[in-house]
Amino acid sequence: MAAGTLADRREEREEKAACAPKRARRPVALLTIGSLVAAVLALPLVFLLIEAQGAGVSEVRHLIFRSLTRVLLWNTIRLTVVVTVACAVIGTAAAWCVERTDLPGRRTWAVLVVVPLAIPDFVVSFGWNSLWGWARGFTGAVIVMTLAVYPLVYLPVAASLRGADPGQEEVARSLGCGRVRTFIRITLGQAKGAIAGGCLLVALVLLAEYGAFEILGYQTFTTEIFTELNQYSFAASCALSLVLVVLSLLVLAGEGTLRGRGQVSRSGPMTQRVNPPQQLGWTRWPVLVLFTALALLALGVPIGAAAYWMADGLPAGLSGGSNVSLLNAAGHTAMYGGAAAALATVLAFPVALLAVRHRGRMRQLLERSTYLVLGMPGVVIAFALSYFTERYAAGFGYGTSMLLIACYAIMFFPLALVGVKASLARAPAGLDEVARSLGQRRLAVLFRVTVRLAGPGLVAAFCLVFLSVVTELTATLLLIPTGSQTLATQFWAYETNLSYSQAAPFALVMIIVAAVPSYVLGRFFNRPAQARG
Amino acid sequence: MRWRAVLAAAIACGSLGAGVLAGCSSSGSNPSNGSITVYSGQHEQTTNGLAAAFEKQTGITVNVRNDDEGMLANLIALQGSHSPADVFYTENSPPLEFLQGKGLLSPVSSGTLSSATARYNSPGGDWVGVSARVSVLIYNPSLIAKSQLPAGVLQLADPKYKGKLALAAGETDFQPIVTSVLKTYGQAAALSWLAGIKSNAASHSVPDNETIANDVNRGQVAFGVINEYYWYRLKAEIGASAMHSQITYFAPRDPGYVIDVSGAAVLKSGKHQAAAQKFLAFLVSKQGQEIIARASGNEQSYEYPLGSGVTTSAPETPFSQLQPNAITIADLGGGSAAIALLQQAGLL
Repeated sequence: MAAGTLADRREEREEKAACAPKRARRPVALLTIGSLVAAVLALPLVFLLIEAQGAGVSEVRHLIFRSLTRVLLWNTIRLTVVVTVACAVIGTAAAWCVERTDLPGRRTWAVLVVVPLAIPDFVVSFGWNSLWGWARGFTGAVIVMTLAVYPLVYLPVAASLRGADPGQEEVARSLGCGRVRTFIRITLGQAKGAIAGGCLLVALVLLAEYGAFEILGYQTFTTEIFTELNQYSFAASCALSLVLVVLSLLVLAGEGTLRGRGQVSRSGPMTQRVNPPQQLGWTRWPVLVLFTALALLALGVPIGAAAYWMADGLPAGLSGGSNVSLLNAAGHTAMYGGAAAALATVLAFPVALLAVRHRGRMRQLLERSTYLVLGMPGVVIAFALSYFTERYAAGFGYGTSMLLIACYAIMFFPLALVGVKASLARAPAGLDEVARSLGQRRLAVLFRVTVRLAGPGLVAAFCLVFLSVVTELTATLLLIPTGSQTLATQFWAYETNLSYSQAAPFALVMIIVAAVPSYVLGRFFNRPAQARG
Repeated sequence: MRWRAVLAAAIACGSLGAGVLAGCSSSGSNPSNGSITVYSGQHEQTTNGLAAAFEKQTGITVNVRNDDEGMLANLIALQGSHSPADVFYTENSPPLEFLQGKGLLSPVSSGTLSSATARYNSPGGDWVGVSARVSVLIYNPSLIAKSQLPAGVLQLADPKYKGKLALAAGETDFQPIVTSVLKTYGQAAALSWLAGIKSNAASHSVPDNETIANDVNRGQVAFGVINEYYWYRLKAEIGASAMHSQITYFAPRDPGYVIDVSGAAVLKSGKHQAAAQKFLAFLVSKQGQEIIARASGNEQSYEYPLGSGVTTSAPETPFSQLQPNAITIADLGGGSAAIALLQQAGLL
């Protein structure tokens, strides 16, 4: 998550590398494991290429270069740009207010602004769209997605502002820089990497989003991929997915450029002085109003809508759907979420270690390549897994929760990676060396020192993946063991039938289940530096 | 070290979930008479009503996987000989024809086929027609008068309807209409017709028929084309007093006046062939058809039953009095021509 702090740390690590030549040793085991993980994560792309080749190059070209693609490009890109910018502004501003000012109720706001992450995007859009008919199309999509995903920027920026050296701001002020100039030149500079990292996640999530846009009637590459799949036009959906992959690559490249190589040093590696908060003065009132508005829009509307439809017992509605109880669906959701989150976190650990502790062009590339899956529709990944198990494992594992859990772990691997990296970057590599020099064996060092130092990050990674699994829908529908239901699939079954009153309880329970990890996340990224590790 | 407590809590949470599930699954299974797996693109209420009655009658457990029929057709095609599905139950005939074209379906037993309506069965005898729906115009009288509505499907492209028409081009229900127009008027006319529709519905292109019904009813848009049962389902959901829309038919024999058939097939790869055939026979039996025809209760499908002489009272117009276009199931086929045309028109 804290790509910024990561960048900061990289600089430090470069310095350290100079005085610790031992680190230059090739980490063979780590590289092997990392490459294996990257290979598994590349499966969906391999699948797309195989299918595209099966359809024929000329057919794929024909399917890509048609007028519809232009419309989809325009829709997808303008939405991605507008929402990403909106999230960057809201996330950064909120993080700055919470971390660097004397805003009243800062600790409460720190949690409240993160909790919207717990509300599935399609529940947010359901909330808006079911209450107000005008909330659809481009306008609706911008509002809904901004409110649903801005915490992905808030979290890393808040963490990075907290970790950054306030001394630079003081120096700038003492040299005669005004408040605004200090903010732009120093504060934004310090948070630049974190903002870029958050924007990367937002943009990729937007590219792969389906449920919300389906409800809002907004056509993007991903919704169109679904439409083509519904018409069992597999070749066309693969062609569109390949365009989506190219868009994801552009986003990744863009983030790399944005992040740049900012010089963010501090007085000492682990020292973090308590910031004297900026006095907001009379501006605290408008700021408080804005925060209240944000909470009302992002939390109040979807929760209110769900409560409204639940209380609105007027129509009996079409019942007789799956008679799956809330408890049963919640049980499945929790189990799949827990297993997938654990798996993704374990897989992310070696890749994160490789990226943070052992720099190198190839290793960075390997790590970056794993982000691609985040921009792919879940259903494509589910089909890819079905394809490979059918082709090379005689359908082994199909229809069991194993395949579904593996699919989740692949889909949300980048989120786990972000969490693990953020905290590994904070843990000084020197401690490993100290342990080694004290005669500990390599593996023991890994478990007794590195894993412990990364502990909070592992929890954060677990929570991020868990949250995403709770709200996942499309891959779930394809891979869930036959007859089982999760909260999301059951909500969707009712929602598409316009049985809002029956869908609502599932939305509320989903929010409750996801609120716990998002609360933990809010706390993790807001922990005072002294308590870390 | 608070994160450890959190981790412990997470693990506890996961095992609690597993525990709940273990409790649920042990009570639900009934292995004595075997089980079948049904991939269903039909409405969940309908499928579950049928599955429950079948389980009660035969003791065979039915596991249902619900998703869009196109998605399931892809999945079955991809899974090939390892598909866990025994039965594929769809809302429309083209996905079944698509799988038949790939040689993935088993022939349906002749007794089952003869209980249904021959005209609406698979031309090759590989699936059986279970129920039918008819395409209608749904309109909001406060936005457009009935007399102003198009009488024929071609007029949907008339520029005077710009901004008034709602369209779900990606729905499998729209495909048969496109095939019908294509067959009646030819490729060039069909293409320019689609272009006209696209422009008329530019401001109201929606993902599915439920949305068309809901939006017309809420007064978001004047009219659209749906299968009749979406209007009835909406009415059942929100209550008669909240209905601000009405439905009407196209002119008799108009290419837009088409019958969509919901059917079921046995997968060749299925490991429970006999039980699967039994399920198909049940679907078109008197008991199964009466569940589809049920005019009260909450499981009503508002579809027309096609087997064992069962009729329904909702929709009100009897199936025998409908005057659809003469297009056949074989004409509809797998729908690939319609899909290609929709793609060419930029609607897909």
